[in-house]
Amino acid sequence: MFKGNFIDNLPKIYGTYTGGFIVFIILMAIAEQAGMTAKTIGILFVAFTVCIYALIGYLSRTVQVDAYYVAGRQVPTVFNGMATAADWMSGASFVAMAGGIYFGGYTYMAFLVGWTGGYVLVSSLLAPYLRKFGCYTVPDFIGTRYGGNFARFCAVVVLTLASFTYVTAQINATGTIASRALSIPFELGVWVGLVSILLCSMLGGMRAVTWTQVAQYIVLIIAYLIPVFWISNKSGFGFFPHFMLGEEVARLGALESQFGLVKNAAADIKAAGVPGGLKSIAVSHAGVPEGGMAAWKFISLALCMMVGTASLPHILMRYFTTPSVKAARKSVAWSLFFIALLYTSAPMLATLSKISLIDPNLPTGIIGKPIAEIMQIEWVNAWINVKQAFIADFNGDGILQLNEWFMRGDVVVLATPEVAGLPYVISGLVAAGGMAAAMSTADGLILAIANALSHDIYYKIIDPKADVRKRLLVARALLIVIGAAGAYIASMRITSILGAVAWAFDFAMSGLFFPLILGVWWKRATRQGAIAGMIAGLASGTAYLIYVYPKFMGNAPWLGIDHLRFGIIGASVCLVVMVVVSLMTEEPDKATQQMVDEVRVPSGKTILGKQH
Amino acid sequence: MSNKEKHWEKTKGLMIITLIIWFVFGYLIFMFGSDLNTSSFMGYPLAYYMCAQGSIIAFVVLIFWFANRQEKIDEEFGFTEKEDD
Repeated sequence: MFKGNFIDNLPKIYGTYTGGFIVFIILMAIAEQAGMTAKTIGILFVAFTVCIYALIGYLSRTVQVDAYYVAGRQVPTVFNGMATAADWMSGASFVAMAGGIYFGGYTYMAFLVGWTGGYVLVSSLLAPYLRKFGCYTVPDFIGTRYGGNFARFCAVVVLTLASFTYVTAQINATGTIASRALSIPFELGVWVGLVSILLCSMLGGMRAVTWTQVAQYIVLIIAYLIPVFWISNKSGFGFFPHFMLGEEVARLGALESQFGLVKNAAADIKAAGVPGGLKSIAVSHAGVPEGGMAAWKFISLALCMMVGTASLPHILMRYFTTPSVKAARKSVAWSLFFIALLYTSAPMLATLSKISLIDPNLPTGIIGKPIAEIMQIEWVNAWINVKQAFIADFNGDGILQLNEWFMRGDVVVLATPEVAGLPYVISGLVAAGGMAAAMSTADGLILAIANALSHDIYYKIIDPKADVRKRLLVARALLIVIGAAGAYIASMRITSILGAVAWAFDFAMSGLFFPLILGVWWKRATRQGAIAGMIAGLASGTAYLIYVYPKFMGNAPWLGIDHLRFGIIGASVCLVVMVVVSLMTEEPDKATQQMVDEVRVPSGKTILGKQH
Repeated sequence: MSNKEKHWEKTKGLMIITLIIWFVFGYLIFMFGSDLNTSSFMGYPLAYYMCAQGSIIAFVVLIFWFANRQEKIDEEFGFTEKEDD
């Protein structure tokens, strides 16, 4: 069908794919009109897209080391940007972010700033230099720059801890979506999700993950943007929501003061029997909380997310796959562009959802209306039945007040199309998008861990003489083991999705940020310094997390640095220890210093060979 | 100073400028969030707008600008990669 080599044909291939997906959406819409049930549409959406990803995974199978670890270093700039965006935007970004803004307003939006600003650090401090280095994994850089297996080993430990905290949340999300779309129990959904994830990465490693992530990005961005634009237009809020919701945001402020923002007492919530995880609106949408502490909390959260972004191995390793250093830099810019398409839409979706529900003048509004009347609405009933929404008439007046309507954050993305009266085909599309978001991130994470263990631990430390066949066999076996471990933990449902995601950033920044950037930017950084920094950073960060987290020791946070921000402690300790120990030990030898000089210029050969 | 050192000096300079702009859009403006919110942009309260769209767009533009500047620096000192691989 296509002449010439695969890379040159990428725009055509993915263009055809996008067209095919849109045709599929239209077919489903026609089938819905013809009377196909909502359940069948949901199943078809998820099953069809997952089968496509599996097919791409199979077609990208490889037996070459550099294809397996770094996709043969031939992924073009823009496509790597899309793959990174899918790698980055997790189930939490897709399903929970709009909900977070819905309940948390401006304060929550520190996450938006943090999850985008980190890419400035990636592009200016790290990505081009790591690409020039030519490593396969992030610990590969640490191990070669500082020398010695112990430094390599420490980096693998930090990587595994950070990525594993993150991956359980992703497998959890695939399980939730699979169980809802296919109507199977959650515990089974988790394993179905895992099998889908492994189908994408098993045979082709990084190469397969790259090309499935591009496909997943296309599905997830279509699935996010269509409902936002459709709802905005259908409900008459404006043709282009991003530029036209100013009035609605102002109206929300007026409604908030009209209804009053009441924070329910924990005892009342318990007495009314509100299911766990459900919340009512108690924080202003666009209002900025007064005071220096509130500003510091905003900034410190953004700081942790930014520095964490620049330390997360599954993101950094995407920039090992570009053809050149120049392409790696540009690719970071494209990544953030593709991420921004979704991130700038999330606040708009939250605004649309909130105004539709709380404005009593709109036909969709439920706040301020009689509860008996609201209980007749189909979607309200459906979500209350699955314990995703709840009504507690605290004041007993039979009218729904703002603080009496509870729902889960995920409902904002999952139910808003239904509330606005969009056809069910959109809900099916959203399920496919959420699945794509969670799968792509899970794939990147599992691959990051398995590659570090197979390349850095098995090949570099345990058996340096292993042949290619054996190395790739070990890599694949590890993928399955790590995926299964993640799925097992996810099926036990330990933390909420977001707590775990923020922790991954804090773990990564505690142990890896300074060893990575000082490795490039400070020639004097020594092996002993890096090892001491990684150990002290990770240990102090973890100790502080245990100290403040309410479910562990639950002490009062110091300077507002709570369990979402413990990376500030870890990274600061890491920096101080690393600098002090480096200065106390002998400066790195000539060869190492020359290596650093070489990393700093784009031209010339990579430090590590094409195959190593 | 050798060619390599000069190249690194310029690269460092660009990095610092980039991070200053990053600091302004990522942190500085949010230190004055409640003051910002008294003005508005396209009908949105300004602080709300900056975290919903403004800063994110600024970051995207900043990285594209940085990548172009760095390419120019590499060219100036003759460290541009060959187009072979």
